[in-house]
Amino acid sequence: MSNSAVERGEPLIHVSKRVGIAQSKAWAIRGAALVLALMISGLVIFSIVHLSPLKVYGAMFEGAFGTSRRAWVTIRDAMMMLCVAVGLAPAFKMRFWNIGAEGQILVGAIATAACMIYLGNSLPTPALLAVMMVVSVIAGGVWGLIPGVFKARWGTNETLFTLMMNYVAIQLTSFAVSKWETPIGSNSVGIINQKSNAGWFPPIFGQAYTLNVVIVLTLAVLMYVYLKYSKQGYEISVVGDSENTARYAGISVRKVYIRTMFLSGAICGIAGFLAVSGSSHTISVDTAGGRGFTAIIVAWLAKFNTFVMILFSFLLMFLEKGAVEIASRYNLNSFVSDIITGILLFCILGSEFFINYKVSFRRKHS
Amino acid sequence: MKKFLALLLAGLMTVSLAACGGPAAPAANSGSASASGAASTAASDFKVGAILIGDENEGYTFAHMEGIKAACETLGINTDTNLIFKYTIGESEACYDAAVDLAEQGCNVIFANSFGHETYIIQAAQEYPDIYFAHATGTHAKTEGLSNFCNFFDNIYEARYISGIVAGMKLKEVMDSGAVTDPYVGYVGAYPYAEVVSGYTAFFLGIKSIVPTAHMDVTYTNSWFDITAEGEAANSLISRGCVIIGQHADSTGAPSAVQAAHDKGNANVFSVGYNVDMLSVAPDVALTSPQNNWEVPYEEIIKTAMDGGTLETDYCNGYAENGVMISTLGSACAPGTQEAVDAAIAAIKDGSLHVFDTANFTVGGQPVTNAFATDTDGDFTNDADEAIIDGYYHESYFQSAPSFSLRIDGITELN
Repeated sequence: MSNSAVERGEPLIHVSKRVGIAQSKAWAIRGAALVLALMISGLVIFSIVHLSPLKVYGAMFEGAFGTSRRAWVTIRDAMMMLCVAVGLAPAFKMRFWNIGAEGQILVGAIATAACMIYLGNSLPTPALLAVMMVVSVIAGGVWGLIPGVFKARWGTNETLFTLMMNYVAIQLTSFAVSKWETPIGSNSVGIINQKSNAGWFPPIFGQAYTLNVVIVLTLAVLMYVYLKYSKQGYEISVVGDSENTARYAGISVRKVYIRTMFLSGAICGIAGFLAVSGSSHTISVDTAGGRGFTAIIVAWLAKFNTFVMILFSFLLMFLEKGAVEIASRYNLNSFVSDIITGILLFCILGSEFFINYKVSFRRKHS
Repeated sequence: MKKFLALLLAGLMTVSLAACGGPAAPAANSGSASASGAASTAASDFKVGAILIGDENEGYTFAHMEGIKAACETLGINTDTNLIFKYTIGESEACYDAAVDLAEQGCNVIFANSFGHETYIIQAAQEYPDIYFAHATGTHAKTEGLSNFCNFFDNIYEARYISGIVAGMKLKEVMDSGAVTDPYVGYVGAYPYAEVVSGYTAFFLGIKSIVPTAHMDVTYTNSWFDITAEGEAANSLISRGCVIIGQHADSTGAPSAVQAAHDKGNANVFSVGYNVDMLSVAPDVALTSPQNNWEVPYEEIIKTAMDGGTLETDYCNGYAENGVMISTLGSACAPGTQEAVDAAIAAIKDGSLHVFDTANFTVGGQPVTNAFATDTDGDFTNDADEAIIDGYYHESYFQSAPSFSLRIDGITELN
């Protein structure tokens, strides 16, 4: 009766769902994934370009944080990414697939640029900044609200709806650019208010990007509290887990959809405000620059914990800035960095599988 | 990349989620800024930085890279250690970041090669008065009043006129053979402003000098580099019956589309490229490409910076100073083309031929007697510098960037 496992036809690999993995173990798995990613990337770099991976990583680090100015640029862009991810968090926690951050950023950016151009000379800076923030919140909020209302009222597919709203926003941006471009037909708005600096974030403590950090970190903390401790945050997570449960518990699902999408869009609108007023001082169809999509990864990887998002925002920005540096220093094409980013994200995402499932091999003896 | 991220995202969404939290990691912040000193004359200490809109895979940027490298080599600057490229820098704050970063790396002269880079370069130039900044294709140096900032370009309209002669010879040959009766030319342009308008007008005037009845349609792609859009624009022009497809956009999309049409049996369509020799992508149909010889302005500007000299506001050269050229004539060119080209180049050099001679074009049926070259008050209408002197429009005369933006008879903008 002592048949071997093979004879009994047991599979070689057995995957089972893990229940209640310890936090420390989960983070250990993620750490291992990171190390593995760095090793694979190193191997790839060495086999393709015959450069020491350590040297390449060193150059990437220098590119991102090598000088105080570089570090500030990295911080500025990480804050921008974080802002979008914070905006996406409530929507995704509600299982509302808001793929439309790109468009919500753009309309916020258009609103901000319009204020800079038309009100730049008539309002003092603090008032102008306040006005720009409010209009960008409204613009982004409305852009998020539209698909929210349609989903709530008529059950439209929010993924397609938000995605298509992006293209509408891109066209609107093109239109705005064609209104403001110099010279006409060149598709380039250039720096707005270059001489007067009206509507630019003022330097604080001698640093141009202090205000970006303050605004985004404040939003991150508020969002953390909102999602974790407020009644509305609780409603969001109930709706996300099960609409029927929410309805049974007396939560107005429609109201939650609409309210949350306004909030989500509004924060993405603020990201547009940061992009125009706080860093580029111009507007173009590339103002959002794909951040609306990349930030989805940041938000998911962090499981909507806004503090963990900071980590992932910096990780992605480190890769991006490092990429520019290694392309410049070793005359590598910038695609090398895309490869590294890809390997890294693949391993980190892959690690989630091992956190959620246990893999065991067939044992020799039963 | 975007596609890849989207795929990863899809993968992620299928993984079920376990709630978890963790501590936030603060950003590392180290290093220190160092200001760069004044220009030095020794080649071994002299550093050159360049901000590029693309990389070596894009024709326009590739030509710039070749130009800078050649200039550095001529001046004894080590291109491995003392020449720093910043690739694929967009027309946004990324350009300012790159300029300042190059300044902090100790570059003595910093170039940027895309139109939309200009205002960001000016911002950096104001912050680093000891460093020389130069911007290709821009228009602000003349009015900005910064002693360390200049614009540069070349008389590319001369090379476009010559490429128009090459196209005109071919058009004439095809018409003489009876295969085609309509002298119809198509043009794939990037954006509807002076740089492009000046270019296609010169090209058209070159064609008209051979085939006076020629007419031309222009399609804009609203992008400097979009292989698909340029290919589609070319296809649409080919289907309308165009015999020649010219271009002022930076990809190989249009020549490839012409080659594809040729391969499908359309024997009467030919391509004139831009920036780089298109024979590798369109061996049977590429006639030639007008090219900028960027080495000339780069060498002038770097030399000025090395000597610690004073910049002019604009650097601009034509055939006379070897600043522009056309690429090797393709095998499809009509017999006698080389002779016609040589004669026209000689005439441009000795001043007997002016590309924008008012005797050769009309606007609204009328000859043109005045046209301004400069917009001084920023209202998008040229209001200063009368450019029609001695019977021809003085292109790139008041500043290096092209300014000719009259829409002449015989050319139709389709979009």
